[in-house]
Amino acid sequence: MDPLSPPPPPPATAAAAAAGEGAGCCDLKLLGSWASSYTHRVQLALKLKGLEFEYAEEDLSNKSPALLQSNPVYQKVPVLLHSPRGAVTESLVILHYLDDAFPALRPLLPSDPFDRALARFWCHFADDKLGPAVGAVFASSGEAQKAAVAQVHENLKLIENELREGAFKGKRFFGGDGIGILDIVLGCGSYWLAVFEEVTEAKLVDPDAFPLFYAWLKDFEAQEEVKDTIPAIDRLLEYARGLRQMILSHTTTATAAAAAATTAAATSTNIAVDSST
Amino acid sequence: MAGSGDKVTLLAEWPSPYVHRAQIALELKGVSYEYLEQEVWVNKSELLLKYNPVHKKVPVLIHKGRPICESTIILQYIDEVWAGIGPSILPSDPYERAVARFWASYVDEKWFPSSTKIMKAKTEEEKAEAVEQSLTGLNLLEEAYEKSSKGKPFFGGDNVGYLDIVFGSALCWEKTIEKISGIKLIDETKFPLLAAWAQRFSAITIVKELTPETNKLVEFWKELQAIRNANTSGN
Repeated sequence: MDPLSPPPPPPATAAAAAAGEGAGCCDLKLLGSWASSYTHRVQLALKLKGLEFEYAEEDLSNKSPALLQSNPVYQKVPVLLHSPRGAVTESLVILHYLDDAFPALRPLLPSDPFDRALARFWCHFADDKLGPAVGAVFASSGEAQKAAVAQVHENLKLIENELREGAFKGKRFFGGDGIGILDIVLGCGSYWLAVFEEVTEAKLVDPDAFPLFYAWLKDFEAQEEVKDTIPAIDRLLEYARGLRQMILSHTTTATAAAAAATTAAATSTNIAVDSST
Repeated sequence: MAGSGDKVTLLAEWPSPYVHRAQIALELKGVSYEYLEQEVWVNKSELLLKYNPVHKKVPVLIHKGRPICESTIILQYIDEVWAGIGPSILPSDPYERAVARFWASYVDEKWFPSSTKIMKAKTEEEKAEAVEQSLTGLNLLEEAYEKSSKGKPFFGGDNVGYLDIVFGSALCWEKTIEKISGIKLIDETKFPLLAAWAQRFSAITIVKELTPETNKLVEFWKELQAIRNANTSGN
């Protein structure tokens, strides 16, 4: 795959504000990858909290000693280094950590225990069900892809249902009036839906079939902090096209294509196919 | 905060280590609850379909009429609702909480699945690979125990905590794996700290009371495999 030029450094974030709780710019460092939705989750969370942080782009085909040392178990991004304590890995663990370590700064989780349980449940759903289903669409073609698309629709239907008459009925965001952890988790994967639709020609988010989900996604993507975090669509499209071509040219069978995609995904990025961060 | 009048129900299944987690936490907090055994494998029970329509799995905790699903989510819910009553389940330090969450997720995503794969393996090669993965995991967990416990009896320190409950609930299955496949995973010569911790955890009264006998788990596993094989051969 063609090497892509490194992204511009993230815009300067507002200094950590309230209650004397903050992090100096050198306390927090994020190891990430520009195309990784798991990395975007953490970047977005840090921005929402107004926390300054240093960002280091990882070349996932040539992982840095810092990454290998700080995440020996999975050797993946994102990794949050919080001096002097150490490394926090796995995006959901990092998001919880940010709330625990900086409780006075714009909470990511709701305060009520039941609402927290609900947010966690749907975050797991996004990672265990929706993410892999979307990845399967990208990694396949023909009949196998049709089946994968149907699976994505089944999953989106469940979320649409919660927005229409379930746990999130009447809310602007899953977090209420403002973005919360579930918005971050769902939102930072969902921009791939439009990208994959373009690249694979599979129809994933039909605004007529999933009107509430579609409206929520547009609203999410319009938020300043989100616009600051998600890479430009052209870069995502170029990246996805390259990856898709590699998958399709490697083999002709759907199963082998899925295997190739998983390998490609695992070594090059934490794209939706790889659900373990 | 939960009043004493708020009913707590647990949709359960006796062999499930995930269910045991919820039971241990409720006992630690001194919360009384109604235990309802569910039909999970052949014909899922009505309550299960009603309260966990997405996954149709146990455990489900029902509190004030509302369901909380998934064992680790239930553990955190119990810790938050009954905070200040009995011991804390998660550590209070943010970094230690992150470490506990990380390893609990590792047990569930990596160690436990590779360990149960030992029983499911169809070839000697598959079995050997699963054993190797499981032992690699135990090496990591042995180190994690040393760092987390800091010389104290449990991952959580003086008291049983989140990671103790998540990992410890799998111990009855570790014994079952040994019975079925002949492989002793938490061997005290290889993993002395974990072996000692496992003994301590298993000796806790509530854990002893909940833990099913290995023979019963072996029987259950064989029945479950028969059901699974019957389902797949029909496709």
